[in-house]
Amino acid sequence: MKLFESELKVINIGLESFRQGLSDAGVKSLQAEFKPPLSGEAALFTKAAKYHSRIQKANKKALGKILQAKPALTGMGRALDVIPGMKRDLILHAGPPVTWARMCGPMRGGIMAALMYEGLAGNPKEAEKLAASGKIKYGPCHEHCAVGPMAGIISASMPVFIVKNEAGNNYVYATQNEGLGKVLRYGAYSPEVIERLKWMETVLYPTLKRAIELLGRVDLKSIAAQALHMGDEVHNRNRAATSLFYRAIAPAVINTAADNGTAAKVLDFINGNDHFFLNLSMALSKASLDAGRGVKDSSLVVVMARNGTDFGVQLSGTGGKWFTGPAVVPDALYFPGYSKADANPDIGDSSITETNGLGGFAIAAAPAIVQFVGGTAADAVNYTLAMYEITAGENNIYKIPYLNFRGTPTGIDVIKVAKSGILPFIDTGVAHKNAGIGQVGAGVLSAPPEPFAKAFEFFARNLK
Amino acid sequence: MIKTIIKKGAYFDSVSLMQVAKKLNAIPGITDSAVVMATKENKGIIKASGLLTPEILRAGDSDLAIAVSARNPAAAASAFKAAEELLNKKPAQARDGADRKAAGLGDAVRSLDGANLAVISVAGRFAGALAAECLDHNLNVMLFSDNVSVGTELALKKAAVKKGLLLMGPDCGTAVINGAPVAFANSVRRGNIGVAAASGTGLQEVTVLISNEGAGVSQAIGTGSRDVKIEIGALTLLQALKMLAADPATEVLLIVSKPPHPQILKKIAAEIKKVKKPVVAVFLGGEVKDKIKDNFYPARTLEEAAYKAVCLGKGWKLGKAREIIYDLNLKAAELARKEAARKTKSACLRGLFSGGTFVSEAQVILPELIGAVRSNAPLDKKWKLKDSLKLSGHAVIDMGEDEFTVGRPHPMIDFSLRNKMIISEGSKKEVSVLLLDLVLGYGSNPRPLEDILPAITEALARNRELSVVASVTGTETDPQVRSRVVKGLEAAGVIVMSSNAGACRLAGEIIRLGERKKK
Repeated sequence: MKLFESELKVINIGLESFRQGLSDAGVKSLQAEFKPPLSGEAALFTKAAKYHSRIQKANKKALGKILQAKPALTGMGRALDVIPGMKRDLILHAGPPVTWARMCGPMRGGIMAALMYEGLAGNPKEAEKLAASGKIKYGPCHEHCAVGPMAGIISASMPVFIVKNEAGNNYVYATQNEGLGKVLRYGAYSPEVIERLKWMETVLYPTLKRAIELLGRVDLKSIAAQALHMGDEVHNRNRAATSLFYRAIAPAVINTAADNGTAAKVLDFINGNDHFFLNLSMALSKASLDAGRGVKDSSLVVVMARNGTDFGVQLSGTGGKWFTGPAVVPDALYFPGYSKADANPDIGDSSITETNGLGGFAIAAAPAIVQFVGGTAADAVNYTLAMYEITAGENNIYKIPYLNFRGTPTGIDVIKVAKSGILPFIDTGVAHKNAGIGQVGAGVLSAPPEPFAKAFEFFARNLK
Repeated sequence: MIKTIIKKGAYFDSVSLMQVAKKLNAIPGITDSAVVMATKENKGIIKASGLLTPEILRAGDSDLAIAVSARNPAAAASAFKAAEELLNKKPAQARDGADRKAAGLGDAVRSLDGANLAVISVAGRFAGALAAECLDHNLNVMLFSDNVSVGTELALKKAAVKKGLLLMGPDCGTAVINGAPVAFANSVRRGNIGVAAASGTGLQEVTVLISNEGAGVSQAIGTGSRDVKIEIGALTLLQALKMLAADPATEVLLIVSKPPHPQILKKIAAEIKKVKKPVVAVFLGGEVKDKIKDNFYPARTLEEAAYKAVCLGKGWKLGKAREIIYDLNLKAAELARKEAARKTKSACLRGLFSGGTFVSEAQVILPELIGAVRSNAPLDKKWKLKDSLKLSGHAVIDMGEDEFTVGRPHPMIDFSLRNKMIISEGSKKEVSVLLLDLVLGYGSNPRPLEDILPAITEALARNRELSVVASVTGTETDPQVRSRVVKGLEAAGVIVMSSNAGACRLAGEIIRLGERKKK
């Protein structure tokens, strides 16, 4: 038999001390982590196994569409004019649906800022009253082909990027990134916040719109792929991607801007904000993932999104149904003066990047931010390696130099998540739990188990 | 108080600095801290936290600013010292390959090229599914976990047989594969004897006896104790026999088990008949009456089986095995006479065992010397102890039974409960012999002497007529080093024998001679 004639190589799962005897005998062994499955319903795993080949086929189809997507920036417009189902009294937010009563501080603050920005309220008090009055409707960005970082607020007058999947003809909309400090997306609503938003609407937006029109399109997928080779994972680090975007857009901005002064201001604004590309990174991710939606029997995750209260998941094969559980507070490094006690639970649509094989899934490509994950570059590599355990495939475009240009783990399979107990790894900014204060740190977290357990159980139960 | 230091022209990335600040905040007497490059933006941030001092205000983009809010100057000083150390600390070397933990089975299979055995010791309720996955990955499996249902065991074993893989267990504590000790196993010499055992302690004892006698083990395969029951049909044992029969390095086969179900024994016998190599078998407490084939050698004890295998492996005459045991008996008899001579009255034997198979072997050997022996794990139900904690007459106890192990580690690791019984039983007037086992090797208690000697010393001090007899299952290359343990025990007054069978004979002989003296 082969075992007796080959070199013994052992995978040890459980008590680590068993490796001692092996190593003393010169035998190679590797410890494999074990986590209990997320669902206690063993029958559902058996059922999923029975349908294995059909699910595999469906996942292959969905993943194919995600990988073949060609997201490009093709234009800009006003939310009210371009976003499907957008209305004057509707405010879009990050994550799964949530009522005003259950909304966290930063999301409430962001909504108050939007109401003042829209001129629907004159001051924070009025804004708060109006927000709670029932006259304003709320809906998830994801239900309107949109994504937003942190609070993810989009109101009717806000200008948005239009990102098109040129391989599938689906569109995604996202706002322009405001920069760091006191900003709406972290729930700040002071006059300077509104003032900046107005400048973005009246100066930044028309200038960029004209520049994009001149260029016709900006290939976002290519920018993200190059940025991975330059130390970004395009979620928590967008420095390289923003630089690449700047190089792409700058000549067109200068050619089309109203005057040199405007061009300089617009370019300075982009240059001064390392996260300018984040919103585009999110939009390109959603444009790709939306292409993989609606494949019957596919267990692939097409949305992971948080609203600061709940963490929500959608699957390709289960339509628009949300599976939710409480959002958790990330392990973070905090800015001076802040601590975990100040942190809001995880918030924002930006985990769409991880869903698309970027962000935390590609952190092995971003050594500059690996200290968020606990210190060494090897830890970051391990986080990325772990994600291959729960994904259906490897990316054909997004590649990691350190892993010999292996494609990033892409296409989270909820069955693999539920079975292995390995949860998607997300790196993220951290908002203050109170409205109006802003970002207090950055860090990492594993997605909470509950939404994935629920999604798996629903998916498996409905297989027929 | 706010204290600051400026380090000119010292660049650090912001994440490292945030980590330093995080650690400074944990220092007693420090209520807040900032460790930042003194850029305009950072000055704004630390202004908000009240740490901005005139010095920092004056510092520039390329200067490092450390500011602490401290209860007193001493706290501030210790924070600055800590900051200095943290900033100068060399980063840990990036770890590659070897020491990495795989995130899961798939990752492990991809990472360890040529992996061929999975050792599983996770909680029983998860172990079955995990083992099935390992078989899917074409891995042989050693399933250490217990609490795996009979149905799951059968399904796993059927799947393994179909794929030509070995599934050891469940509840398989020990194996020696390609010379390497797996889980609870001893460091034994390699050689030409292949062992298949449905008993963990039995496997350890025979491999150790073989190795200590100068022979060696090619493979030792554990099957899990349920394997020979009717429900499982010895699927793993039969496969192990096939594998050993086909293995060119194996020249002698040795089977260790409790008596199998009669129907299963027939199956095993049929398989043995197919093996051309000599086969030794010990079914403790049961006898193989049929002459299965010419070169089939039944044995009554683990010791007899081991020495028979040694003789066959070395090409000695089988009579040599009897000689070895005879010599050991002679030595035991002499020691027994000495021990019996210093006793003024005859009394009882109490065996306190950590290895279950030793309790069976004791019940094979002791009755012909001293008559009835009670046990919590009796070979004959007639001698079942009513209460394992209230011993009467001659008794041998398996302390690895569930009644002793719920909520605590196995007695091979955790001696505390047995130590209590060594003292309480050993100091009873009616007890004249304590019979013990010490199992060394990987997985077992790493400091057996240090743990057991105080109890033995106390028992001997309280009961002047007590004899303590022990076997030590271990080798010189085991982590605990057999000779060191033996020396320590002997110095404390314990009589140490080379095998459990030998210890049982000696203990029984002491009692027997005492009885004779009385008459």
